[in-house]
Amino acid sequence: MLIGHQPKEFLLAVEALTVSFDGFKAVNDLSFYVEENEIRVIIGPNGAGKTTVLDLICGKTKATSGSIQFRGKELTKLRENEIVKAGVGRKFQTPSVFEDLSVFENLEISFPRGRTVFGSLTFQRDSVVKDRVEEVAEMIFLKDRLKTSAAELSHGQKQWLEIGMLLIQNPDLLMLDEPVAGMSVSERAKTAELLNRIIKDRSVLVIEHDMKFVEDIAHKVTVLHQGQILSEGTMERVKNDPKVVEVYLGH
Amino acid sequence: MFGDYSIGDLGAIFAMQGFAGLILFSVYVLMALGLAIIFGQMGVINMAHGEFMILGAYVTWMTSNAFQHFLPALFPGYFFVAMIFAFIASGSLGMLVEWAMIRRLYKRPLDTLLATWGLSLILQQAYRSVFGAREVGVELPDWMMGSWQATDAIQIPINGMFVMCLTILITLVVAYVLFLSRWGKQVRAVVQNRVMAGAVGINTEKVDRYTFGLGCGIAGVAGSAFTMIGSTGPTAGQLYIVDTFLVVVFGGAASLVGTIASAFTISQAQSTMEFFMSGSMAKVLTLLAIVAILMMRPQGLFALKVRK
Amino acid sequence: MIINSRFFNRSELIGFVSLLLLLVVILPLALDVFRLNLVAKYLTYAFVAIGLVLCWGYGGILSLGQGVFFGLGGYCMAMFLKLEASSVANTKIQSTPGIPDFMDWNQLTQLPFFWKPFQSFPFALAAIILVPAIFAFIIGAAMFKRRVGGVYFAIITQAVAAILTILIVGQQGYTGGINGITDLRTLHGWDIRTDHAKLILYFVEVFLLFVAILVAQFIRLTKLGRILVAMREQEDRVRFSGYSVANFKIFAFCAAAVFAAVGGALFTLEVGFMSPSFVGIVPSIEMVIYTAVGGRLSIFGAVYGTILVNFAKTSLSETFPQLWLFGLGALFIAVVLAFPNGLAGIWGDYVQPRIDRLLASRTKKSGNGGLVANGAPAE
Repeated sequence: MLIGHQPKEFLLAVEALTVSFDGFKAVNDLSFYVEENEIRVIIGPNGAGKTTVLDLICGKTKATSGSIQFRGKELTKLRENEIVKAGVGRKFQTPSVFEDLSVFENLEISFPRGRTVFGSLTFQRDSVVKDRVEEVAEMIFLKDRLKTSAAELSHGQKQWLEIGMLLIQNPDLLMLDEPVAGMSVSERAKTAELLNRIIKDRSVLVIEHDMKFVEDIAHKVTVLHQGQILSEGTMERVKNDPKVVEVYLGH
Repeated sequence: MFGDYSIGDLGAIFAMQGFAGLILFSVYVLMALGLAIIFGQMGVINMAHGEFMILGAYVTWMTSNAFQHFLPALFPGYFFVAMIFAFIASGSLGMLVEWAMIRRLYKRPLDTLLATWGLSLILQQAYRSVFGAREVGVELPDWMMGSWQATDAIQIPINGMFVMCLTILITLVVAYVLFLSRWGKQVRAVVQNRVMAGAVGINTEKVDRYTFGLGCGIAGVAGSAFTMIGSTGPTAGQLYIVDTFLVVVFGGAASLVGTIASAFTISQAQSTMEFFMSGSMAKVLTLLAIVAILMMRPQGLFALKVRK
Repeated sequence: MIINSRFFNRSELIGFVSLLLLLVVILPLALDVFRLNLVAKYLTYAFVAIGLVLCWGYGGILSLGQGVFFGLGGYCMAMFLKLEASSVANTKIQSTPGIPDFMDWNQLTQLPFFWKPFQSFPFALAAIILVPAIFAFIIGAAMFKRRVGGVYFAIITQAVAAILTILIVGQQGYTGGINGITDLRTLHGWDIRTDHAKLILYFVEVFLLFVAILVAQFIRLTKLGRILVAMREQEDRVRFSGYSVANFKIFAFCAAAVFAAVGGALFTLEVGFMSPSFVGIVPSIEMVIYTAVGGRLSIFGAVYGTILVNFAKTSLSETFPQLWLFGLGALFIAVVLAFPNGLAGIWGDYVQPRIDRLLASRTKKSGNGGLVANGAPAE
């Protein structure tokens, strides 16, 4: 309904999204909308379906029913790499970087050029690529480690590297699954700083448990519970919602 | 191709080929049961599975000879003793192999395939050195010979029926062990979460070793059954290994019901087609059909859709 | 030829130069034509091994059906040579002259339609590359688009090898059956069975082998090579970096198929026949063994591994036929358990560092000597 009235307002419109695994509905008739340049945080207890929502948007899991519109494109019908090309980037919960490759090569692979088989055979490491890789490496605090193999990085550095690999793709919608989980206090502060810098000029969808971190960055918060929306709004509103306090924040 | 046969003939042909298929089915099920445990539960590709089966067949052959020489009076019952020996021999060899080799490779499933292939070469040559390159056949006791005349046109060999009953019995035992016994629960716990299973006090190494041993032991019993319908040679096991893997994969690797259903489908399809065309074409068509179906449904016939 | 420090690193350069010396100078001088022809036979498998390095070592796709492509390449070549050998003049004693002898034995009275184009040499050459490539593409597309991978892919390729073998053996009249296509004599009138021809064929093959090595090395060094490595480790990350993982796997599988097919075609030329015993499950796995022994991540390692394993096979099975299978089996288990990166891994982990240390200590000494020498005149 909403989308019918104002088709161009939203960057991402998720409507009546449902996915069931052998009868278990991990996401059940879910609808929410993300605007341009909005930072949306999804919170909720374990098993609420948060990661599944990201999986559905990026195409890792196929929806049973419902629609996901991104800039007017129906994502449920696209393959994962086409969704990436449409402008959606996804970071996984556990850092997934290529450990047998160097930091430079990790970033280079994500550079949005030469993504076909033939294109990658003829891909040249020219100055455009080098400059961009160095620029991003500086942002993610890995400038002096470009030649290091990714396997040698610390857990936090791997998380940064993966964020860097997303940055280099320059997506319109950035999806981050628990970006500060497992980080030390100092790494956490640095990551918050990094995120605050990179969320400019794009929309971001974040899953996070760290409430202080959420309060710092969220424009709007969506609380999921059992695959459905329990509450939605500003952090202030959500925090004082008795339903949210009961199932999530209370303990 | 059906044109030359009357309806009644066709019925009899299908029934007889069906029973012929049931014997193939029995060997497939027994082979595949062991493999399904090892592959489906442990994720290990045991290319030497056929050689474990042949070990059981040789043990059966030796037992049969021993009974003929030393205990001719008890010869009619040798088979039951042979089966137990076959299970013990293949099972202990399996545990030895698990200890020496497999346990180092749990994180590298493709490498288990290569290493067990090496093992199969060694075993084949060992059989050749010990038993000779010629195929050997066991002598059946009188009560297993002959066939049962069901109707005028349909004859069912008794050893075939015996093997089938045996297969059903063993399947039930395996199902009980895996799904109802405490040990089966431990096996499944280790499969699903090795670290957690270890943390709650399950000796995962021991579970691995006995699971692998059980799978190989069942292959040994399959070898016993095999002696009734074919002759045993050093490389006979290799002929079955790809078929058996297809049976397991086709059925959905972790499903016991799937394994049985797929063994049934494949053996029946092959044996029915064999009557109408050459054996090799029947085999080609069966394999092609399996590959085609697997391409459409890679997870196999019986697999749960799970949240990954 | 582009050989600079960028195209080959130091140990690859050592591998390249020593292989060049071995194959072009040492072996032709040291061996008689019969033995050299054996080496030529081994080297045809090296093509398969190089393909497997790309597909299995780099891409992580284990194909247990490389014999299929080796065989397809070999049969395409054999069909052409057989037709040339079956001219009406050569086969006038047959009941149908002008068709291959085994067809005549199987009561075929005319050439089957799919044999006819193989009367043309250019067609046969194109078919050697295209038939396996298209076949690999069909299998690869069907499997990888549906995300069938790893163990399942390996088992299905094995089934394909079984299917093709049974089909070739079963369809005697069209394929020559279990004996294969034998009695191949001439290529465009040039007798390939003479010692002189065998020598020339050997050098042609060595040349093509180095072309194959360079092509494989080129692919490995492009971004595609790095994507293969990336895919092997984190398939999802590659997918969510905007790549179609399936297409890259299909490419790797097709490339390996073409390498194998070229090897197969050369095999037919070198040995003078082609049979289903090079197609099935056992030869396919043996080809994987060569790669594993040499080192699945090293192009040169794979070539050396192929030569060594085959040399061991020939000499052991000549003298101790029983020991050979024990040896091969044990070798394979040992490599997989203890040296997953094969000979190349042993070289890189143990030999190379020692040489480096030796060289380093020597430069140090000569460096000191230099200092002394410099210091001396000042005295």
